Amino acid sequence: MIRPLALVAALLGGWEAYVRLGGIDAFLLPAPTQVGEALWQDRGLLWADFTVTAREVLLGIVLALAVGTACALALHASRTLRRTAYPLLVASQTIPIVIVAPLLVAWLGYDLAPKLAIVGLICFFPVTVTALDGLRSVDPDLGRLMRTLGASRWQTLRRVELPAALPALFSGARIAVAVAVIGAVLAEQAGSSEGLGHLILQSIPQFETARAYAAVVVLSAFAVALFAGLTLAERRLLPWAHRPQGDRP
Amino acid sequence: MPAKGATTSRIEAPAPEPRTVPAPAGVRLAGVTHAYPRRDGTVTALAGMSLTVAERETVAVVGPSGCGKSTLLELVCGLQRPQAGTVEAAPAVYMPQRDLLLPWSCALDNAALPLLVAGEPRRRARERARPLFAQLGLGGFETAMPHELSGGMRQRVAFLRTLLSGRPVLALDEPFASLDALTRGQAQAWLAGALLREPRTVVLVTHDVEEAVLLGDRVIAMSERPGRAVAEVPVPVPRPRRRTDPAVVERREDVLRALGAAP
Repeated sequence: MIRPLALVAALLGGWEAYVRLGGIDAFLLPAPTQVGEALWQDRGLLWADFTVTAREVLLGIVLALAVGTACALALHASRTLRRTAYPLLVASQTIPIVIVAPLLVAWLGYDLAPKLAIVGLICFFPVTVTALDGLRSVDPDLGRLMRTLGASRWQTLRRVELPAALPALFSGARIAVAVAVIGAVLAEQAGSSEGLGHLILQSIPQFETARAYAAVVVLSAFAVALFAGLTLAERRLLPWAHRPQGDRP
Repeated sequence: MPAKGATTSRIEAPAPEPRTVPAPAGVRLAGVTHAYPRRDGTVTALAGMSLTVAERETVAVVGPSGCGKSTLLELVCGLQRPQAGTVEAAPAVYMPQRDLLLPWSCALDNAALPLLVAGEPRRRARERARPLFAQLGLGGFETAMPHELSGGMRQRVAFLRTLLSGRPVLALDEPFASLDALTRGQAQAWLAGALLREPRTVVLVTHDVEEAVLLGDRVIAMSERPGRAVAEVPVPVPRPRRRTDPAVVERREDVLRALGAAP
Protein backbone atom coordinates (compact mmCIF):
# COMPACT_ATOMS: atom_id res chain seq x y z
CA MET A 1 0.00 0.00 0.00
CA ILE A 2 2.92 2.33 0.76
CA ARG A 3 4.66 1.80 -2.57
CA PRO A 4 1.75 2.66 -4.88
CA LEU A 5 1.08 5.77 -2.80
CA ALA A 6 4.74 6.79 -3.04
CA LEU A 7 4.58 6.31 -6.81
CA VAL A 8 1.45 8.47 -7.03
CA ALA A 9 3.11 11.16 -4.92
CA ALA A 10 6.20 11.11 -7.15
CA LEU A 11 4.12 11.36 -10.34
CA LEU A 12 2.03 14.21 -8.93
CA GLY A 13 5.21 16.00 -7.79
CA GLY A 14 6.71 15.65 -11.26
CA TRP A 15 3.54 16.94 -12.86
CA GLU A 16 3.38 19.90 -10.46
CA ALA A 17 7.02 20.77 -11.12
CA TYR A 18 6.57 20.48 -14.89
CA VAL A 19 3.60 22.88 -14.91
CA ARG A 20 5.10 25.38 -12.43
CA LEU A 21 8.63 25.44 -13.77
CA GLY A 22 7.63 25.15 -17.43
CA GLY A 23 5.17 28.03 -17.20
CA ILE A 24 2.35 25.95 -18.75
CA ASP A 25 -1.00 27.75 -19.00
CA ALA A 26 -3.56 26.38 -16.56
CA PHE A 27 -6.19 25.93 -19.29
CA LEU A 28 -3.78 23.71 -21.22
CA LEU A 29 -2.61 21.64 -18.25
CA PRO A 30 -3.58 22.54 -14.70
CA ALA A 31 -1.20 21.57 -11.91
CA PRO A 32 -2.38 18.98 -9.39
CA THR A 33 -2.80 21.72 -6.77
CA GLN A 34 -5.08 23.60 -9.16
CA VAL A 35 -7.09 20.44 -9.76
CA GLY A 36 -7.33 20.10 -5.99
CA GLU A 37 -8.58 23.66 -5.73
CA ALA A 38 -11.21 22.99 -8.39
CA LEU A 39 -12.28 19.86 -6.56
CA TRP A 40 -12.97 21.90 -3.45
CA GLN A 41 -14.45 25.00 -5.08
CA ASP A 42 -16.73 23.14 -7.49
CA ARG A 43 -17.70 20.45 -5.00
CA GLY A 44 -21.41 21.31 -5.23
CA LEU A 45 -21.40 21.06 -9.02
CA LEU A 46 -19.23 17.94 -9.04
CA TRP A 47 -21.41 16.21 -6.45
CA ALA A 48 -24.62 16.95 -8.37
CA ASP A 49 -23.16 15.57 -11.59
CA PHE A 50 -21.52 12.70 -9.75
CA THR A 51 -24.85 11.45 -8.39
CA VAL A 52 -26.21 11.39 -11.96
CA THR A 53 -23.24 9.43 -13.30
CA ALA A 54 -23.09 7.13 -10.29
CA ARG A 55 -26.73 6.20 -10.79
CA GLU A 56 -26.11 5.37 -14.44
CA VAL A 57 -23.06 3.29 -13.58
CA LEU A 58 -24.68 1.36 -10.74
CA LEU A 59 -27.95 0.67 -12.56
CA GLY A 60 -26.01 -0.23 -15.69
CA ILE A 61 -23.86 -2.73 -13.79
CA VAL A 62 -26.89 -4.26 -12.10
CA LEU A 63 -28.54 -4.59 -15.51
CA ALA A 64 -25.40 -6.15 -17.01
CA LEU A 65 -25.07 -8.56 -14.08
CA ALA A 66 -28.69 -9.66 -14.40
CA VAL A 67 -28.69 -10.04 -18.17
CA GLY A 68 -25.14 -11.39 -18.30
CA THR A 69 -25.81 -14.06 -15.67
CA ALA A 70 -29.06 -15.04 -17.37
CA CYS A 71 -27.25 -15.32 -20.71
CA ALA A 72 -24.44 -17.36 -19.16
CA LEU A 73 -27.00 -19.75 -17.64
CA ALA A 74 -28.78 -20.12 -20.97
CA LEU A 75 -25.51 -20.70 -22.83
CA HIS A 76 -24.45 -23.17 -20.15
CA ALA A 77 -27.72 -25.08 -20.34
CA SER A 78 -27.83 -25.45 -24.10
CA ARG A 79 -24.96 -26.66 -26.24
CA THR A 80 -26.82 -25.65 -29.36
CA LEU A 81 -27.30 -22.14 -28.07
CA ARG A 82 -23.66 -21.98 -27.05
CA ARG A 83 -22.55 -22.94 -30.55
CA THR A 84 -25.02 -20.58 -32.19
CA ALA A 85 -24.87 -17.50 -30.04
CA TYR A 86 -21.37 -17.46 -28.59
CA PRO A 87 -19.70 -16.18 -31.78
CA LEU A 88 -22.30 -13.41 -31.94
CA LEU A 89 -21.52 -12.51 -28.36
CA VAL A 90 -17.84 -12.15 -29.21
CA ALA A 91 -18.69 -10.21 -32.35
CA SER A 92 -20.79 -7.81 -30.30
CA GLN A 93 -17.58 -6.77 -28.56
CA THR A 94 -16.01 -5.59 -31.79
CA ILE A 95 -18.69 -2.93 -32.23
CA PRO A 96 -17.02 0.40 -31.42
CA ILE A 97 -19.12 1.78 -28.60
CA VAL A 98 -18.01 5.34 -29.39
CA ILE A 99 -19.85 5.12 -32.70
CA VAL A 100 -22.88 3.27 -31.35
CA ALA A 101 -23.42 5.67 -28.45
CA PRO A 102 -24.84 8.61 -30.50
CA LEU A 103 -27.00 6.17 -32.46
CA LEU A 104 -28.47 4.78 -29.25
CA VAL A 105 -29.07 8.31 -27.97
CA ALA A 106 -30.87 9.19 -31.20
CA TRP A 107 -33.01 6.09 -30.82
CA LEU A 108 -33.62 5.94 -27.06
CA GLY A 109 -33.69 9.63 -26.21
CA TYR A 110 -31.83 11.98 -23.91
CA ASP A 111 -32.61 10.48 -20.52
CA LEU A 112 -31.46 7.43 -18.57
CA ALA A 113 -32.35 4.73 -21.11
CA PRO A 114 -29.46 5.14 -23.59
CA LYS A 115 -26.95 5.45 -20.72
CA LEU A 116 -28.14 2.18 -19.22
CA ALA A 117 -28.05 0.59 -22.66
CA ILE A 118 -24.46 1.70 -23.25
CA VAL A 119 -23.15 0.85 -19.77
CA GLY A 120 -25.03 -2.43 -19.92
CA LEU A 121 -23.67 -3.25 -23.36
CA ILE A 122 -20.09 -2.55 -22.34
CA CYS A 123 -20.32 -4.53 -19.08
CA PHE A 124 -22.37 -7.39 -20.41
CA PHE A 125 -19.53 -9.18 -22.16
CA PRO A 126 -17.07 -9.59 -19.27
CA VAL A 127 -19.91 -10.65 -16.97
CA THR A 128 -21.27 -13.25 -19.39
CA VAL A 129 -17.92 -14.73 -20.34
CA THR A 130 -16.57 -15.02 -16.80
CA ALA A 131 -19.85 -16.40 -15.45
CA LEU A 132 -20.00 -18.99 -18.25
CA ASP A 133 -16.39 -20.01 -17.58
CA GLY A 134 -17.23 -20.30 -13.89
CA LEU A 135 -20.24 -22.51 -14.55
CA ARG A 136 -18.19 -24.76 -16.80
CA SER A 137 -15.21 -24.95 -14.46
CA VAL A 138 -16.80 -27.70 -12.37
CA ASP A 139 -14.77 -30.90 -12.25
CA PRO A 140 -16.26 -33.53 -14.60
CA ASP A 141 -15.81 -36.13 -11.84
CA LEU A 142 -18.05 -34.03 -9.61
CA GLY A 143 -20.64 -34.03 -12.38
CA ARG A 144 -20.42 -37.83 -12.53
CA LEU A 145 -20.77 -38.04 -8.76
CA MET A 146 -23.87 -35.84 -8.81
CA ARG A 147 -25.39 -37.98 -11.54
CA THR A 148 -24.87 -41.19 -9.56
CA LEU A 149 -26.49 -39.46 -6.60
CA GLY A 150 -29.52 -38.99 -8.81
CA ALA A 151 -29.22 -35.20 -8.84
CA SER A 152 -31.37 -33.40 -11.37
CA ARG A 153 -29.95 -30.79 -13.72
CA TRP A 154 -31.37 -28.09 -11.45
CA GLN A 155 -29.91 -29.62 -8.29
CA THR A 156 -26.47 -29.85 -9.85
CA LEU A 157 -26.79 -26.23 -10.88
CA ARG A 158 -27.94 -25.07 -7.48
CA ARG A 159 -25.63 -27.13 -5.28
CA VAL A 160 -22.51 -27.25 -7.40
CA GLU A 161 -22.33 -25.10 -10.51
CA LEU A 162 -23.78 -21.85 -9.23
CA PRO A 163 -21.65 -21.68 -6.06
CA ALA A 164 -18.60 -22.69 -8.10
CA ALA A 165 -19.31 -19.86 -10.55
CA LEU A 166 -19.59 -17.13 -7.91
CA PRO A 167 -15.88 -16.24 -7.72
CA ALA A 168 -15.78 -15.94 -11.52
CA LEU A 169 -18.90 -13.79 -11.42
CA PHE A 170 -17.16 -11.48 -8.97
CA SER A 171 -14.18 -11.23 -11.30
CA GLY A 172 -16.53 -10.34 -14.13
CA ALA A 173 -18.18 -7.68 -11.99
CA ARG A 174 -14.79 -6.19 -11.15
CA ILE A 175 -13.88 -5.89 -14.83
CA ALA A 176 -17.35 -4.50 -15.50
CA VAL A 177 -16.91 -1.79 -12.87
CA ALA A 178 -13.78 -0.51 -14.55
CA VAL A 179 -15.38 -0.24 -17.97
CA ALA A 180 -18.80 0.90 -16.71
CA VAL A 181 -17.47 4.32 -15.73
CA ILE A 182 -15.97 4.78 -19.19
CA GLY A 183 -19.27 3.70 -20.72
CA ALA A 184 -21.28 6.18 -18.65
CA VAL A 185 -19.01 9.09 -19.62
CA LEU A 186 -19.17 8.13 -23.28
CA ALA A 187 -22.93 7.93 -23.10
CA GLU A 188 -23.18 11.34 -21.46
CA GLN A 189 -20.89 12.90 -24.02
CA ALA A 190 -23.00 11.43 -26.81
CA GLY A 191 -26.01 13.33 -25.55
CA SER A 192 -26.84 14.54 -22.08
CA SER A 193 -27.45 17.68 -20.08
CA GLU A 194 -25.99 16.38 -16.83
CA GLY A 195 -23.44 14.00 -15.39
CA LEU A 196 -19.67 14.17 -15.08
CA GLY A 197 -19.16 13.30 -18.76
CA HIS A 198 -21.27 16.27 -19.69
CA LEU A 199 -19.42 18.45 -17.19
CA ILE A 200 -16.04 17.51 -18.71
CA LEU A 201 -17.31 18.28 -22.20
CA GLN A 202 -18.60 21.68 -21.05
CA SER A 203 -15.59 22.68 -18.98
CA ILE A 204 -13.06 22.50 -21.80
CA PRO A 205 -14.48 25.26 -24.08
CA GLN A 206 -15.01 27.38 -20.96
CA PHE A 207 -11.28 27.13 -20.18
CA GLU A 208 -12.20 25.40 -16.90
CA THR A 209 -9.66 22.65 -17.55
CA ALA A 210 -8.95 22.18 -13.85
CA ARG A 211 -12.65 21.40 -13.33
CA ALA A 212 -12.55 18.79 -16.10
CA TYR A 213 -9.55 17.17 -14.42
CA ALA A 214 -11.37 17.32 -11.09
CA ALA A 215 -14.26 15.45 -12.70
CA VAL A 216 -11.80 12.81 -13.96
CA VAL A 217 -10.41 12.45 -10.43
CA VAL A 218 -13.92 11.91 -9.07
CA LEU A 219 -14.65 9.29 -11.75
CA SER A 220 -11.43 7.38 -11.08
CA ALA A 221 -11.97 7.48 -7.33
CA PHE A 222 -15.48 6.13 -7.86
CA ALA A 223 -14.26 3.26 -10.03
CA VAL A 224 -11.50 2.39 -7.56
CA ALA A 225 -13.97 2.50 -4.65
CA LEU A 226 -16.39 0.19 -6.46
CA PHE A 227 -13.57 -2.19 -7.33
CA ALA A 228 -12.32 -2.24 -3.74
CA GLY A 229 -15.88 -2.64 -2.43
CA LEU A 230 -16.43 -5.68 -4.65
CA THR A 231 -13.13 -7.20 -3.58
CA LEU A 232 -14.04 -6.75 0.09
CA ALA A 233 -17.53 -8.13 -0.48
CA GLU A 234 -16.09 -11.20 -2.18
CA ARG A 235 -13.67 -11.84 0.69
CA ARG A 236 -16.59 -11.59 3.08
CA LEU A 237 -19.14 -13.61 1.13
CA LEU A 238 -16.88 -16.25 -0.40
CA PRO A 239 -14.12 -16.86 2.13
CA TRP A 240 -13.61 -20.38 0.76
CA ALA A 241 -12.53 -18.98 -2.61
CA HIS A 242 -9.48 -17.32 -1.07
CA ARG A 243 -8.10 -20.17 0.96
CA PRO A 244 -5.57 -22.76 -0.11
CA GLN A 245 -7.24 -26.09 -0.79
CA GLY A 246 -5.37 -27.86 1.99
CA ASP A 247 -2.45 -30.23 1.62
CA ARG A 248 -3.65 -32.18 -1.36
CA PRO A 249 -0.63 -33.10 -3.52
CA MET B 1 -32.76 -43.73 0.60
CA PRO B 2 -34.27 -47.10 0.09
CA ALA B 3 -36.59 -45.45 -2.41
CA LYS B 4 -33.81 -45.29 -4.93
CA GLY B 5 -31.90 -48.31 -3.70
CA ALA B 6 -34.55 -50.91 -4.32
CA THR B 7 -34.60 -51.42 -8.04
CA THR B 8 -31.97 -52.98 -10.20
CA SER B 9 -31.05 -51.20 -13.39
CA ARG B 10 -30.25 -53.29 -16.36
CA ILE B 11 -28.52 -51.82 -19.33
CA GLU B 12 -28.08 -53.86 -22.43
CA ALA B 13 -26.56 -53.12 -25.73
CA PRO B 14 -28.80 -53.76 -28.72
CA ALA B 15 -28.14 -57.42 -29.31
CA PRO B 16 -29.79 -59.77 -31.80
CA GLU B 17 -31.15 -61.97 -29.03
CA PRO B 18 -31.15 -60.34 -25.62
CA ARG B 19 -30.33 -62.81 -22.92
CA THR B 20 -32.40 -62.88 -19.80
CA VAL B 21 -30.33 -63.06 -16.67
CA PRO B 22 -31.70 -63.18 -13.14
CA ALA B 23 -31.43 -59.75 -11.58
CA PRO B 24 -28.58 -59.77 -9.07
CA ALA B 25 -28.42 -57.71 -5.92
CA GLY B 26 -24.83 -57.02 -6.86
CA VAL B 27 -23.12 -56.40 -10.15
CA ARG B 28 -22.82 -58.54 -13.21
CA LEU B 29 -21.00 -57.72 -16.40
CA ALA B 30 -20.96 -60.28 -19.20
CA GLY B 31 -18.88 -59.99 -22.35
CA VAL B 32 -18.82 -56.21 -22.23
CA THR B 33 -17.06 -54.30 -24.96
CA HIS B 34 -16.86 -50.55 -24.86
CA ALA B 35 -15.01 -48.01 -26.93
CA TYR B 36 -14.92 -44.27 -26.74
CA PRO B 37 -13.80 -41.67 -29.26
CA ARG B 38 -10.67 -39.68 -28.69
CA ARG B 39 -8.93 -37.04 -30.76
CA ASP B 40 -6.51 -39.58 -32.23
CA GLY B 41 -9.13 -42.23 -32.99
CA THR B 42 -11.31 -44.67 -31.14
CA VAL B 43 -10.05 -46.28 -27.96
CA THR B 44 -11.39 -49.69 -27.09
CA ALA B 45 -11.36 -49.56 -23.33
CA LEU B 46 -12.92 -52.93 -22.61
CA ALA B 47 -13.20 -56.02 -24.79
CA GLY B 48 -15.03 -59.05 -23.52
CA MET B 49 -14.93 -57.96 -19.90
CA SER B 50 -16.87 -60.11 -17.46
CA LEU B 51 -17.22 -59.54 -13.77
CA THR B 52 -19.61 -60.72 -11.11
CA VAL B 53 -19.82 -59.20 -7.68
CA ALA B 54 -22.16 -60.84 -5.23
CA GLU B 55 -24.23 -58.85 -2.80
CA ARG B 56 -22.10 -57.48 0.06
CA GLU B 57 -18.93 -58.69 -1.55
CA THR B 58 -15.88 -56.51 -2.08
CA VAL B 59 -14.13 -57.13 -5.37
CA ALA B 60 -10.90 -55.29 -6.07
CA VAL B 61 -9.97 -54.74 -9.69
CA VAL B 62 -6.32 -54.15 -10.48
CA GLY B 63 -4.60 -53.65 -13.79
CA PRO B 64 -2.09 -51.59 -15.69
CA SER B 65 -2.72 -47.92 -16.37
CA GLY B 66 -5.35 -47.25 -18.98
CA CYS B 67 -6.79 -50.77 -18.91
CA GLY B 68 -10.33 -49.47 -18.86
CA LYS B 69 -10.89 -49.54 -15.11
CA SER B 70 -12.58 -46.16 -15.07
CA THR B 71 -14.81 -47.17 -17.97
CA LEU B 72 -15.72 -50.26 -15.98
CA LEU B 73 -16.94 -48.12 -13.09
CA GLU B 74 -18.84 -45.77 -15.39
CA LEU B 75 -20.66 -48.80 -16.77
CA VAL B 76 -21.42 -50.09 -13.28
CA CYS B 77 -22.79 -46.69 -12.29
CA GLY B 78 -24.90 -46.46 -15.43
CA LEU B 79 -23.03 -43.38 -16.63
CA GLN B 80 -22.27 -45.20 -19.89
CA ARG B 81 -24.10 -47.84 -21.85
CA PRO B 82 -22.11 -50.82 -23.04
CA GLN B 83 -21.73 -51.11 -26.79
CA ALA B 84 -21.85 -54.89 -26.57
CA GLY B 85 -22.58 -57.28 -23.78
CA THR B 86 -24.68 -56.99 -20.67
CA VAL B 87 -24.31 -54.85 -17.60
CA GLU B 88 -26.57 -55.44 -14.67
CA ALA B 89 -26.10 -53.55 -11.49
CA ALA B 90 -28.08 -52.50 -8.49
CA PRO B 91 -27.98 -48.70 -8.07
CA ALA B 92 -24.39 -47.65 -7.61
CA VAL B 93 -22.68 -44.53 -6.35
CA TYR B 94 -19.38 -43.28 -7.69
CA MET B 95 -16.50 -42.26 -5.43
CA PRO B 96 -13.74 -40.57 -7.39
CA GLN B 97 -10.04 -40.52 -6.67
CA ARG B 98 -10.06 -36.94 -5.48
CA ASP B 99 -12.36 -36.12 -2.59
CA LEU B 100 -14.15 -33.38 -4.56
CA LEU B 101 -15.69 -31.90 -1.44
CA LEU B 102 -17.59 -28.69 -2.04
CA PRO B 103 -15.27 -25.99 -0.67
CA TRP B 104 -18.19 -23.74 0.34
CA SER B 105 -19.87 -26.37 2.54
CA CYS B 106 -18.77 -27.67 5.93
CA ALA B 107 -17.80 -31.31 6.41
CA LEU B 108 -21.26 -32.23 7.69
CA ASP B 109 -23.07 -30.71 4.71
CA ASN B 110 -20.60 -32.33 2.33
CA ALA B 111 -21.25 -35.75 3.84
CA ALA B 112 -24.99 -35.10 3.82
CA LEU B 113 -25.01 -34.01 0.17
CA PRO B 114 -26.75 -37.19 -1.08
CA LEU B 115 -29.53 -36.68 1.47
CA LEU B 116 -29.93 -33.04 0.48
CA VAL B 117 -30.04 -34.03 -3.17
CA ALA B 118 -32.70 -36.60 -2.30
CA GLY B 119 -34.77 -33.75 -0.88
CA GLU B 120 -34.31 -34.21 2.86
CA PRO B 121 -34.50 -31.02 4.89
CA ARG B 122 -31.08 -29.74 5.92
CA ARG B 123 -31.60 -30.30 9.63
CA ARG B 124 -32.67 -33.94 9.19
CA ALA B 125 -29.89 -34.60 6.71
CA ARG B 126 -27.32 -33.27 9.19
CA GLU B 127 -28.77 -35.34 12.03
CA ARG B 128 -28.40 -38.49 9.97
CA ALA B 129 -24.84 -37.69 8.95
CA ARG B 130 -23.62 -36.59 12.38
CA PRO B 131 -23.36 -40.02 14.14
CA LEU B 132 -21.16 -41.39 11.35
CA PHE B 133 -18.50 -38.77 11.98
CA ALA B 134 -17.43 -40.26 15.29
CA GLN B 135 -17.27 -43.75 13.78
CA LEU B 136 -14.64 -42.63 11.30
CA GLY B 137 -12.70 -40.57 13.82
CA LEU B 138 -14.05 -37.30 12.51
CA GLY B 139 -15.81 -36.30 15.74
CA GLY B 140 -15.42 -32.59 16.39
CA PHE B 141 -14.80 -31.78 12.73
CA GLU B 142 -18.44 -31.62 11.68
CA THR B 143 -18.42 -27.88 11.11
CA ALA B 144 -14.89 -27.69 9.71
CA MET B 145 -14.53 -26.46 6.17
CA PRO B 146 -12.80 -28.80 3.69
CA HIS B 147 -9.64 -26.68 3.54
CA GLU B 148 -9.26 -27.08 7.30
CA LEU B 149 -9.10 -30.88 7.02
CA SER B 150 -6.13 -33.04 6.13
CA GLY B 151 -6.18 -35.07 2.92
CA GLY B 152 -7.00 -38.24 4.82
CA MET B 153 -9.87 -36.60 6.67
CA ARG B 154 -11.30 -35.15 3.50
CA GLN B 155 -11.27 -38.59 1.94
CA ARG B 156 -13.15 -39.92 4.96
CA VAL B 157 -15.80 -37.22 4.56
CA ALA B 158 -16.01 -38.17 0.88
CA PHE B 159 -16.52 -41.79 1.89
CA LEU B 160 -19.28 -40.82 4.32
CA ARG B 161 -20.92 -38.97 1.45
CA THR B 162 -20.66 -42.16 -0.60
CA LEU B 163 -22.17 -44.26 2.21
CA LEU B 164 -25.00 -41.82 2.87
CA SER B 165 -26.14 -42.13 -0.71
CA GLY B 166 -27.74 -45.35 0.49
CA ARG B 167 -26.86 -47.07 -2.77
CA PRO B 168 -26.27 -50.80 -2.38
CA VAL B 169 -23.26 -50.70 -4.70
CA LEU B 170 -20.18 -48.54 -4.11
CA ALA B 171 -17.96 -47.88 -7.12
CA LEU B 172 -14.64 -46.72 -5.70
CA ASP B 173 -12.24 -45.31 -8.28
CA GLU B 174 -8.73 -45.45 -6.75
CA PRO B 175 -10.11 -43.75 -3.65
CA PHE B 176 -6.78 -43.46 -1.86
CA ALA B 177 -4.39 -42.89 -4.74
CA SER B 178 -3.87 -39.24 -3.89
CA LEU B 179 -2.96 -39.89 -0.25
CA ASP B 180 0.57 -40.31 1.04
CA ALA B 181 1.64 -43.83 2.01
CA LEU B 182 1.09 -43.40 5.74
CA THR B 183 -2.36 -41.84 5.39
CA ARG B 184 -3.27 -44.44 2.78
CA GLY B 185 -2.60 -47.23 5.27
CA GLN B 186 -4.93 -45.58 7.79
CA ALA B 187 -7.54 -45.00 5.11
CA GLN B 188 -7.51 -48.67 4.12
CA ALA B 189 -8.01 -49.60 7.77
CA TRP B 190 -11.03 -47.34 8.26
CA LEU B 191 -12.56 -48.43 4.97
CA ALA B 192 -12.25 -52.08 6.00
CA GLY B 193 -13.78 -51.22 9.38
CA ALA B 194 -16.65 -49.26 7.87
CA LEU B 195 -17.46 -52.09 5.46
CA LEU B 196 -17.49 -54.59 8.34
CA ARG B 197 -20.00 -52.42 10.19
CA GLU B 198 -22.09 -51.65 7.17
CA PRO B 199 -21.52 -54.18 4.41
CA ARG B 200 -22.09 -53.07 0.85
CA THR B 201 -21.39 -54.44 -2.57
CA VAL B 202 -18.09 -52.84 -3.48
CA VAL B 203 -16.22 -52.58 -6.76
CA LEU B 204 -12.82 -51.17 -5.83
CA VAL B 205 -10.60 -50.13 -8.70
CA THR B 206 -6.99 -49.62 -7.69
CA HIS B 207 -3.40 -49.56 -8.92
CA ASP B 208 -2.21 -50.79 -5.59
CA VAL B 209 -2.02 -54.58 -5.44
CA GLU B 210 -1.49 -54.57 -1.69
CA GLU B 211 -4.58 -52.42 -1.21
CA ALA B 212 -6.55 -54.82 -3.39
CA VAL B 213 -5.49 -57.81 -1.29
CA LEU B 214 -6.09 -56.00 2.01
CA LEU B 215 -9.61 -54.94 1.11
CA GLY B 216 -10.98 -57.41 -1.43
CA ASP B 217 -12.79 -60.68 -0.94
CA ARG B 218 -11.52 -61.40 -4.43
CA VAL B 219 -9.03 -59.63 -6.64
CA ILE B 220 -9.56 -59.46 -10.38
CA ALA B 221 -6.52 -58.79 -12.54
CA MET B 222 -7.13 -57.06 -15.84
CA SER B 223 -5.17 -57.19 -19.05
CA GLU B 224 -3.73 -54.19 -20.83
CA ARG B 225 -6.12 -52.20 -22.97
CA PRO B 226 -8.52 -53.33 -24.31
CA GLY B 227 -9.17 -54.58 -20.82
CA ARG B 228 -10.67 -57.86 -19.75
CA ALA B 229 -10.38 -60.02 -16.67
CA VAL B 230 -7.37 -62.33 -16.98
CA ALA B 231 -7.14 -63.78 -13.51
CA GLU B 232 -9.09 -64.06 -10.31
CA VAL B 233 -7.40 -64.41 -6.94
CA PRO B 234 -9.64 -65.20 -3.98
CA VAL B 235 -8.47 -63.77 -0.68
CA PRO B 236 -9.88 -66.04 2.04
CA VAL B 237 -8.05 -64.20 4.80
CA PRO B 238 -10.01 -63.23 7.92
CA ARG B 239 -10.32 -59.56 8.79
CA PRO B 240 -8.78 -57.40 10.12
CA ARG B 241 -5.93 -58.12 7.75
CA ARG B 242 -2.39 -56.95 8.19
CA ARG B 243 -0.09 -56.27 5.29
CA THR B 244 2.64 -58.37 6.90
CA ASP B 245 0.36 -61.37 7.28
CA PRO B 246 1.98 -64.26 5.30
CA ALA B 247 -1.36 -65.09 3.67
CA VAL B 248 -1.73 -61.49 2.52
CA VAL B 249 1.84 -61.39 1.20
CA GLU B 250 1.29 -64.66 -0.64
CA ARG B 251 -1.91 -63.42 -2.30
CA ARG B 252 -0.18 -60.20 -3.26
CA GLU B 253 2.49 -62.23 -5.05
CA ASP B 254 -0.26 -64.26 -6.76
CA VAL B 255 -1.85 -61.10 -8.08
CA LEU B 256 1.46 -59.61 -9.19
CA ARG B 257 2.23 -62.84 -11.02
CA ALA B 258 -1.17 -62.74 -12.70
CA LEU B 259 -0.39 -59.21 -13.85
CA GLY B 260 2.93 -60.38 -15.22
CA ALA B 261 4.78 -58.12 -12.80
CA ALA B 262 6.45 -60.85 -10.78
CA PRO B 263 8.21 -64.13 -11.71
